[in-house]
This record gives sequence, C-alpha cells and structure tokens, in this order.
Amino acid sequence: MTSSSTPISAKRTATKEQAPVYSRAERKARNANTRGRVGLVLYVIVLLLPIYWLVNMSFKTNTEILSGLSFFPADFTFDNYAKIFSDSTWYMGYVNSILYVSMNMVISLLVALPAAYAFSRYRFIGDKHMFFWLLSNRMAPPAVFLLPFFQLYSSVGLFDTHIAVALAHCIFTVPLAVWILEGFMSGVPREIDETAYIDGYSFPKFFVRIFIPLIRSGIGVTAFFCFMFSWVELLLARTLTSVDAKPIAAIMTRTVSASGMDWGLLAAAGVLTILPGMLVIYFVRNHVAKGFALGRV
Amino acid sequence: MQTKVENNKAWFLVMPVFLIVAFSAIIPLMTVVNYSVQDIFDPYTRYFVGTEWFKQVMLDSRLHEALLRQFIYSFTILAIEVPLGICVALMMPTKGRGASVALILVAIPLLIPWNVVGTIWQIFGRADIGLFGAFMNGLGIDYNYSSNPTDAWFTVVLMDVWHWTPLIALLCYSGLRAIPEVYYQAARIDQASRWAVFRYIQLPKLANVLVIGMLLRFMDSFMIYTEPFVLTGGGPGSSTTFLSQSLVQQAIGQFDLGPAAAFSLVYFLIILLVCWVFYTTIMNMQKDK
Repeated sequence: MTSSSTPISAKRTATKEQAPVYSRAERKARNANTRGRVGLVLYVIVLLLPIYWLVNMSFKTNTEILSGLSFFPADFTFDNYAKIFSDSTWYMGYVNSILYVSMNMVISLLVALPAAYAFSRYRFIGDKHMFFWLLSNRMAPPAVFLLPFFQLYSSVGLFDTHIAVALAHCIFTVPLAVWILEGFMSGVPREIDETAYIDGYSFPKFFVRIFIPLIRSGIGVTAFFCFMFSWVELLLARTLTSVDAKPIAAIMTRTVSASGMDWGLLAAAGVLTILPGMLVIYFVRNHVAKGFALGRV
Repeated sequence: MQTKVENNKAWFLVMPVFLIVAFSAIIPLMTVVNYSVQDIFDPYTRYFVGTEWFKQVMLDSRLHEALLRQFIYSFTILAIEVPLGICVALMMPTKGRGASVALILVAIPLLIPWNVVGTIWQIFGRADIGLFGAFMNGLGIDYNYSSNPTDAWFTVVLMDVWHWTPLIALLCYSGLRAIPEVYYQAARIDQASRWAVFRYIQLPKLANVLVIGMLLRFMDSFMIYTEPFVLTGGGPGSSTTFLSQSLVQQAIGQFDLGPAAAFSLVYFLIILLVCWVFYTTIMNMQKDK
C-alpha cells in the first residue's frame, strides 16, 4: 500500500511544479498522509488478528487447539477442510446459501429498480409514507416474528425451499436497495429522460438501454449490500428451512456434539464462508470507490 | 433537489416492491398483534385478554433493565464506531491497487455470518487459548469474559466495534469520493488547515451518508442477538442480556407467546420512534439545502 502510493504522489507534485519547493501547508498535508497510512495499516492489522486466529485454528487438530496458545499450527492438517468437501450435507450448505442469496439479489434488484425510479422522479399519493414504511420493515425484531413467518411460509407451501428464504430476506434487502438506488437515480439529471423520450424511446427501452448503464455503479453497490445482509443472516434462514435448503450458517451449529465443540471443523467452515464474500467485493470494488459519487448515499 | 412531476401512475412501478415486502411483513405483523391480546395455551385454546400483556410488559422490571442496557449499549457503540469509521475512511487510499486492497481487507468482517463472529471472539478472548485473552492477561489485567460482567460487557462492545466499524468506514469512504476535487483545490489556495478542510468541506458532505449509516447501525445494534448469545449466552448473570435475548427467552424458552408478542410490539415501536426522529431530521436537512 505504502509503496504504491509514494510514486503516485511524487508524480503528481512533479507535474504540477518543476522545482521541489513545498509550501508549509503542503508539507503538513504530506506528513498527515504518511500518518494516515501508518494508522490504516495498524487498523487493518488489528482488524485481521481475529481472522488470522480463525485461519490458524482451521489448520489445527482439536487437541492442539485446546492444549494452549500457539501462533502456528504445530501439527499442520487439512483434515477439517477435507471433511467439509467430502460430506455432502456440509458442502450442500454452501450451495444452498449461494442459491438463496443469488435469488435474493436478483429479486431485490428487479423490484427495487422501477420503484426507486418512481421515488426519484415522481410525486404520488403516499410516496413519503411508503418510503418510510419500507425502512420500518428493517426494524421488526426477528425473534418473535419467527413463528408467524414459519406459519405463513408453511401455509403457502414454501417451507424448506430456497425461494422462501430469498423472499424473507427481501424484507430487509429491498428497502435498502430502494434507498441506495434512489440516491443514485436522483443524481442523474432529468434532462436525460426527457431527451430520450423526444428521441422516441419507449419507457422500457429507455430504462434498459440508457438509464441502467448510467447507474451501473449504483447497481454494483446495491448488489454487494444485498449479498452481505442476506449472506450473514441466520435466524430467518434457519427457521424457514429444515433439510433441502439448509444454509451453511445453520449447518455449522451441528459441530456442537456430546463430546464438545469441534473447533477445528467450525473454524474451517468459517474460513470458507468468508471466501464468496471476498469474491463479490472484488468484483464490485471499483463501483464502491466511485459508486456513491452520484447521489444521496 | 430536483422538482418532481406529479404522477399517480408511478404507483404501478412501486407495486412490486409493495407486494413483495407486504407479503413478508404485514401478515406476520398482524399475527403478532393478534397474539398480543390473547392468552394462548395451544393453537385451539386461546382467550382474549385485552391489554393485559401490555400492562405486564410495561411494569416488568427485568425488561426495564434490559431496555436501559440496550440504550447504553447502542449509544456506546455509535459513539465509538462513527468517529472511528470516519477516521478509517479518511485514511484509506483513493487510487491504485492500494485502494482495492484496503477496500477488500476492511470489508472482511462484514462478510462473516453472525454466529461465526461470536465463535471467533469466544476463542479469541479466552485467556488459555486465545490471543486477545492472553494479551490482556499479559498486560497484568485479570481478564475473563465468562465470569466478570465488566469484561463480558467490554468484549461484546469490542466485538461489535470490530464487526461493524467497516460498514461506517465503507459508507463514508464512498461519501468522500463524492466530493469534487475543486473544493480541495480551493482549500489549498486558501492554505486551509487539515482540520478546516475536514470541518467545512468533508463533514458537511458526509452528513447524509452518516445519518443513514447511523440509522442502520442503531437499528441493527438495537436488535443484536446472535453475537452476544454465542459469546456469553447473556451472562454472567444478566450483564449482557439485551432486549432480543429477553424476548427469545420469553417466546421460545417459556413459550409465553402472548406477552412475548406484546413485548415485541413495544420494542418495535421504540425503534420506530427513534428512527422516525432520525428520518424527519434527514428530510428537514435536505429541505434546508
């Protein structure tokens, strides 16, 4: 990080003024930058310590984990990972989670895009109330709503299906998606819509051909937030599934057995849950960096 | 703000969102309202009791304690996470490979399922096999989160800060990217100090993002359940029993559906009220511009 930033700043100052004469304010800013980099590196190290502990633990045997403090696995083993990849109940957990999270992302984006457009462009009866009502759905404490949820999804025959979890998670991903997308869309000037209509574009054609590419970055950011909140949620996902659609987070609770916790296996499973998320953030990283640049959020 | 066109047909665009959220929100909410006024023995034996449960919930001293604890907790973590998140966002590099690497590393804690977060800290905080516990004991502090209430409280707060500061940092980072370079150039010409740049350029531009970040953090921390449950199970004593946990103990542990439903409605109304105050503040701030 530090090495890549130095040449850039050097280049910038070099093109601006030939002689290396810096004003006091500039010198101060450069010092502050260096301090910032050091601070950031320290923060990231502190942030990664618990993760390091998890990775460290996943390569240890249970006896070694419980025998005491050690920074490296003395008895390096892949057994924990082997167990996950050889047992279908384990690896199907990942498949189930990825399935319902993807469904949730697609549904959230599909319904949130037109709605966000309506909120950003039009005034209509009850728009402000609707906007706040959407957000208020994020505030329902899940604990007691679990039983009604269970009854509702059982009665319509959706219990233990991926779509049930995807729909249930929509309750908190859709409002967030509408909020973020509305911010991005409000940043796009109305003149673009009007010009397109004058040019003879129909609404759907305009929306798909012109408008969506304009807010592509917003869609990337929204997708990441939907992924994140749906991926980590456990209570609803566990209540609405039993066998066929059981998510990985629920399967992990199986590692508690009569002989105690299987810490190594749990750690390995935990490490594997981070990887899909890292892939997703890798793909949307550029959108996050410039993404929110347009609108409210 | 742009002027909007009056168009009630826009409801058709909002309809899918309304239907999909209503399906999962209104029916369960009505069920809970229904539960809250009945005494339920089994699905076929129930009696109407009116506002009996609400009275009971309002007068329950254990719930008052949990509520107080919850407020202290939520405001503590907001007070730590918001300034820290802003600092981290200010420190993150803006260009090149450094930006992507920093972004990915900072986002990692957000991507771990909540029960695993609890498990990580459960091990990490233990003095015999965990780095953090051993470190605290190495400093000469007698640290044990499973028997000392202060330590347990400290660990839960630390875990939350570790887990959720990245959310504030990511939001602020994107908010900072929205500030045009022109502002900074003007500040350089005026030889503005770094603090002045932050106070008069960056902070006002971050205000909107911050309110949304705080709103999200407040709601989620007010409903926190899984992480403290895995870490301490609400103990020692009831020092880390937050509102959600009391609720689950009541609804699932004792299967008192009526009182639990009344409780969760009161709980919902409290969050709604606080968030409504936040929301109207945002709206008024935007009107002022």
